[in-house]
Amino acid sequence: MYKYDQWDQAMVDARVAEFRDQCQRRLDGKLTEDQFKPLRLMNGLYLQLHAYMLRVAIPYGTLSGTQMRALASIADKFDRKYAHFTTRQNIQYNWIKLEDAGDILADLAKVEMHAIQTSGNCIRNISSDHFAGAAQDEVVDPRPYAELLRQWSSFHPEFSYLPRKFKFAVIASETDRAAMRLHDIGINIVRNDAGELGAAFYVGGGMGRTPMIAPLVRDFVPLDQLITYAEACLRVYNRYGRRDNKYKARIKILVHELGAEEYTRQVEEEFALLLAQNIEPPIAELERIRTYFEAPGFEAGASDELSRSDPDFAVWTDRNTQPHRQPGYVSAVISLKPVGGIPGDATADQMRLMAELTEQYSFDECRVTHTQNIVLPHVRKVDLFALWQKLEAAGLGTPNLDQVGDIIACPGLDYCSLANARSIPIAQQISERFHANGKGDILGELKLKISGCINACGHHHAGHIGILGVDKKGVENYQLSLGGSEAEDTSLGKITGRGFDEEGIVNAVEISVDVYLAQREGGERFLDTYRRIGMEPFKEALYG
Amino acid sequence: MKILTGNDLKTGAVTWWDGSGWSLHVDDAVDAGDEADAIIAREEAARRINAPYAIEAEKTATGVRPAHIKDRVRGLGPTVRLDLTLKPGDPNAVREVI
Repeated sequence: MYKYDQWDQAMVDARVAEFRDQCQRRLDGKLTEDQFKPLRLMNGLYLQLHAYMLRVAIPYGTLSGTQMRALASIADKFDRKYAHFTTRQNIQYNWIKLEDAGDILADLAKVEMHAIQTSGNCIRNISSDHFAGAAQDEVVDPRPYAELLRQWSSFHPEFSYLPRKFKFAVIASETDRAAMRLHDIGINIVRNDAGELGAAFYVGGGMGRTPMIAPLVRDFVPLDQLITYAEACLRVYNRYGRRDNKYKARIKILVHELGAEEYTRQVEEEFALLLAQNIEPPIAELERIRTYFEAPGFEAGASDELSRSDPDFAVWTDRNTQPHRQPGYVSAVISLKPVGGIPGDATADQMRLMAELTEQYSFDECRVTHTQNIVLPHVRKVDLFALWQKLEAAGLGTPNLDQVGDIIACPGLDYCSLANARSIPIAQQISERFHANGKGDILGELKLKISGCINACGHHHAGHIGILGVDKKGVENYQLSLGGSEAEDTSLGKITGRGFDEEGIVNAVEISVDVYLAQREGGERFLDTYRRIGMEPFKEALYG
Repeated sequence: MKILTGNDLKTGAVTWWDGSGWSLHVDDAVDAGDEADAIIAREEAARRINAPYAIEAEKTATGVRPAHIKDRVRGLGPTVRLDLTLKPGDPNAVREVI
């Protein structure tokens, strides 16, 4: 994985010193909250319902064991012995004291981490495929390109005050495991007919109050023009994106209002100008970055045999492992969704164990997924049973990847100052319901996503089943939507009808699932059945 | 009644105006009445509390109940982690908030 050079480290260390001083000035009363707020947000420090919250960047979700251990240590020293993995492959601490912020950032800097650009109207953490470098179907490891974009976008002076926040996702496969087309810019690294690598640019996607699927703007940008094209896309947005209304300020609105064709024309015009200015980083830099992402020393001839004599282990293997491009290896997914648990939360002890397992079984590398789980990307099959036993003992062995219990949920009204309704209790009740009634085991793939407000951090628009919490005259109410997908068949869910109260929404999910069970044909997933039969049978069952 | 709330500058903890200072317990909140704006201005100027604001609440038999669920959750803590709330031993605490 990427290692900081002297410039990376110097930038991060300088920011720690600067923010420590800013915090002290605020504590001394020399800065007002209005003056301090933009400074703290540039460093990922929010003020949430109960305390300050610190969001730490995890570039493309990749962590070493040392980094995971450092994150656990911060949870112990400065928080309440747990942390929350987010839907953008980051981590959040919910109980931070302002007076500790400088020390926390210093601890992060020691392990090449920071909280820069995890908030504010700038280019946020670059996300990617959590199976990058391991997936059988990838054209190439997308992370060197994500890292190049990270370096380009860090402290980019032109893009530090965009109309709104800006999110990139980079993948390199037909299968989309990063919700690529639901980002401001989604990049898919592809190979053309001549065998050359290039980048397909999708621009203007997003969730939030106005969900949109990003249209393809250019199907092949040569890799030695990647940054130049990204800069052109951003420059047009920065110039014409609306700043008068924050609800219409994302690039998706600009692309929609201009039309993809006109937006593309303007980008191409800007691109031509930028090409003449030769702003692209030297290809040698990309090659330097790429050396950090070379495949680890896989054991040649590692056994492909896997004992399935333990039935629980067999179920976990079937559900929570992914085929690997290297024979004898798999990618193993650690579920942070125990039955009735809080999606994405992990205790400091669990994080320390995951650090240890990362080092012991996965070439010192793990990944945070946007679905709030952890991946050990490179595990020998012969080690899998021992790994599973350790996970089981720590409450991390739930076999529910992409099942109804593998719910994405934002922190909701339990933590978030923007939320209108609680998300986590709904996730917990659904998880418990489908575990208790046994239906969870017969449903197959069913992606359920819950947001506590229209900002859609819980990706509800993209859920096969989506739930949105709203405020109905001071009372929590939940809208149900069906038919969303954030995979390569990206689609946006449609609302079923009037909302439900807390108990009602859990029942409504079960009713919807029962319609699916009654109507599914062959090996159809919930989403397949919905797409075949449409909304009406579900509405009929839900509302009569 | 009109009560005042904000977050402590150092810790971010939710606080409530108790008539002479800021308490962690919503039940200590007092009716600020017509003084609300003046107290907010004074306390903001003192820079110990982040963004204080006034909310509607009612005095009940068990304490002070903010009108909006968001402030009731603020007054308790996360309903999904009773151990981290101000009433870790009260099994009814969440029901009262909701």
